[in-house]
Amino acid sequence: MATTPATPAPKPPAKTNRLGLPILEYRGGKTNLCAGCGHNAISERIIDAFFEMGVKPERVLKLSGIGCSSKSPAFFMSRSHGFNSVHGRMPAVATGALLGNHTMKAIGVSGDGDTVSIGMGQFVHLLRRNLPIIYVIENNGVYGLTKGQFSATADLGSKLKTGVINDLPPIDTCNLAIELGATFVGRSFSGDKRQLLAMMKAAIAHKGTVLLDVISPCVTFNDHEGSTKSYKYMQEHEEAISEVGFVPHFEDIAVDYDAGSTYDVELHDGSHLRLRKLHDDYDPTDRVQAVRALMESQVKGEVLTGVFYIDTQKPSFTDLLNLVDEPLGTLPESRVRPPKSVLDDVMQRMR
Amino acid sequence: MATGDLALKAEQPRAAAGQPGEVVNDFSIQVATVNGSGSQSANNVLLKSIFGMGIPISGKNLFPSNIAGLPTWYTIRASKHGYIARKKEIDIVVAMNAETSKDDILSLPAGGVAIYEEAANLKQYRDDVVCYPVPFDKITATVCPEAKLRKLVKNMVYVGVISQLLDMDLATVEAALRRQFAKKQKAADLNWAAVQAGYDYAKTSLVKQDPFRVERMHANEGKIIIEGNAATALGCMFAGVTVVTWYPITPSSSVVENLIDLLKKYRVEPSGKATFAVVQAEDELAAVGMVLGAGWTGARAMTATSGPGISLMAEFTGLGYFAEIPAVIFDIQRVGPSTGMPTRTAQGDILSVAFLSHGDTRHVMLLPGSVKECFEMSVGAFDLAEQLQTPVFVLSDLDLGMNNWMTEPFTYPEKPMQRGKVLSAEDLTRLGGFARYKDVDGDGVGYRTLPGTDHPQAAFFTRGSGHNERALYTERPDEYQQQMERLTRKFENARKMVPAPVAVVNGTSKIGLIAYGTSDFAVTESREQLKAEYKLETDYLRIRAYPFTVEIHEFVAEHDRVYIIEQNRDAQMLSLLKLDLPAADATKLRSVRHYNGLPIDARSVTDELVMQEGI
Repeated sequence: MATTPATPAPKPPAKTNRLGLPILEYRGGKTNLCAGCGHNAISERIIDAFFEMGVKPERVLKLSGIGCSSKSPAFFMSRSHGFNSVHGRMPAVATGALLGNHTMKAIGVSGDGDTVSIGMGQFVHLLRRNLPIIYVIENNGVYGLTKGQFSATADLGSKLKTGVINDLPPIDTCNLAIELGATFVGRSFSGDKRQLLAMMKAAIAHKGTVLLDVISPCVTFNDHEGSTKSYKYMQEHEEAISEVGFVPHFEDIAVDYDAGSTYDVELHDGSHLRLRKLHDDYDPTDRVQAVRALMESQVKGEVLTGVFYIDTQKPSFTDLLNLVDEPLGTLPESRVRPPKSVLDDVMQRMR
Repeated sequence: MATGDLALKAEQPRAAAGQPGEVVNDFSIQVATVNGSGSQSANNVLLKSIFGMGIPISGKNLFPSNIAGLPTWYTIRASKHGYIARKKEIDIVVAMNAETSKDDILSLPAGGVAIYEEAANLKQYRDDVVCYPVPFDKITATVCPEAKLRKLVKNMVYVGVISQLLDMDLATVEAALRRQFAKKQKAADLNWAAVQAGYDYAKTSLVKQDPFRVERMHANEGKIIIEGNAATALGCMFAGVTVVTWYPITPSSSVVENLIDLLKKYRVEPSGKATFAVVQAEDELAAVGMVLGAGWTGARAMTATSGPGISLMAEFTGLGYFAEIPAVIFDIQRVGPSTGMPTRTAQGDILSVAFLSHGDTRHVMLLPGSVKECFEMSVGAFDLAEQLQTPVFVLSDLDLGMNNWMTEPFTYPEKPMQRGKVLSAEDLTRLGGFARYKDVDGDGVGYRTLPGTDHPQAAFFTRGSGHNERALYTERPDEYQQQMERLTRKFENARKMVPAPVAVVNGTSKIGLIAYGTSDFAVTESREQLKAEYKLETDYLRIRAYPFTVEIHEFVAEHDRVYIIEQNRDAQMLSLLKLDLPAADATKLRSVRHYNGLPIDARSVTDELVMQEGI
């Protein structure tokens, strides 16, 4: 361009996080999802959250199943090991990966079909185990990669592009997660940058299963009139249960909340999740209340968002296994192969 | 079991030893009981007593898929020649199950022996067998005042009766019994009283009329008795397994149950923390998925299953093959198809495992043929899986896995653990990066990094979708084909790494026999029968792994006719060999198959070979 100045102004230094890494080091490959796909916005929030929390990418495992959503781990954090496994079976792979190295931070990205249809069998056991993983459902109520069939989270009466009406009730993953033992359960909307980022950062600070159901409209197959997972529907029907604020453990806790209307939860790494209540008396540690709130909103045709339930006391699956501090996968031979005297002892007892 | 057939065989003169007409240290005992009646302890004591007399033995449990109530049989074979295959002919029946007692006595050959509850009056069915009626209930009542224990204790009475009739050394029986109840003094005393009561009854009230007797030998010095699944578990522990996942299924459950006991005892550190994780998964899909996840992060991970579980693992093992993740999967084979006969044995998963999953998938299989190999191949499987970066299957079966076998003690692994090609952070700095699926060394095996490696270039993306040598997604024909060809090279390379077959060759025979796994015991004995009864010399090769090593090709090339002896209907190993051999050699292959759920026996092999040879 002809207007380029002869001496360019010096670029401001790139903003770095507490590890000294610029956000560029948290980026992934170029997305090949549709332009405007909610999943891309979620990937952006994952990048922002891990960057802002100052987690070293090498300490993160990215896992997924199969589907549009499950492609997305390739689109964030290339410096993290990733595993795009088989359809509906990411929970098993994630469980095994964390058994092999329980010192890693794991994030799993799945879709509504991958989780609630083919993957339901493994999903419920992941929740029950309270596996320490951030499990993100990029929920659009539709199978995108096979071109627009209903999934089991599609709302009753919602309409496909082809005009087909869904006549089966949706499965509410948040209710399920609370019921089965997940210890951090929330719902957000891919278009809600502020809420999703705060929830994602709190998720990183939590140890145990984090279930984040993120409504993520499919711009190609499910963003039309009659769809209940479209941008328009969400803008009209989203109702937040609380405003989610998050203060990482390495930042001073700012006192910008009215104490009377907030609920403060200290997370495993010392960070604080601060919920500004929009519903009176909403207590995110009360499972029964959480389930009721979700059911009531469903009856009203609202999409409730926010952190519904949190339990910072319950031990995670890897805690229960009482493992040595170091990753099992790289323990040296001297710690995993007992000496010859043990074999001799066993043989002696079998004579 | 066809009684007529058995009776016919019994016409052959028995090998005389000791006194004229006596049969010493060469017989089989079948104990018929009701499942859940607690006969296992009694049978174990009997087996270990004969073992303690220094006589080679084998024990087989033929049990139903049931918790309690259905008939079950336990067969003990004593063989001075050291044969440990199932013997088709039963010499002594102990008929403790009223429901089957008539069939049990009918199954005896002429000259056989029947021991039974007096009240059953089985003598009415046979006048050509030796009958020893015993008032078991009465004898039990005298030694066991507590009525609810009598059902269990009654079994020990037959141990006493047999001990007396066979002329066993009572001190040896007592030693076996006291070991069995090592930690339960009271139970040991009660059961010992029952053995003695049975012994005394036989001594005072029965007149010895049969030819069977034991005489002390010294064939078992230094030997141990162990089940195949326990041997497998031991092997896994000494292989340094760190992640174990499973879904209970007969006959594989005892692999993991034994392993849990061992790990709790020997792999908890002084800090009280474990160097292992065991997870009972929600199903076999999850079990193998966890193994792959753990193998990906560097763990020595395994699962154990049987046929139905293998079917469920198909998709995941294809991922393991294509994404190249080490895993060890034990298949303790049982009878299929479908649920089949879950408590009966077979070698029916050979083909389905070799190609498990869709697309061009091939797997490495190890085929243990003894409890010792269950141990050794468990250790070897983990080395191979990490060296080849692929799932390795170990195919045992119910017969080997769930029965007691005598064996030389196992030897401690000589080689240090082979962890395969794994790059460290220092390696990455030196190399300036890496390409995960690049064939750097020409052996088809690339270099991997483990998640958590502290280097900005350590990460790669693992996927079951098309990928190029840098582990990036691809749909390019040339890149896909390049990877598939490298996987072929890797499989070819595996031929040189898996255990070679065991050959017994005299150099002159034109007839070759090939078997694998538990068919070995019957084939070994059958070869002696063929030689002694038909003057037919055979060479023998026992396959121990797939892909086939060069020795297997050579063996077929060197013989005119080669019989593949296996325990399935469809001649699965023969089919696999046909795919591998040159066309001219493939036509030499013939098949001997055994697939009724019972372990293969020598007589069946001999009869079939004689028929096919037209002798």
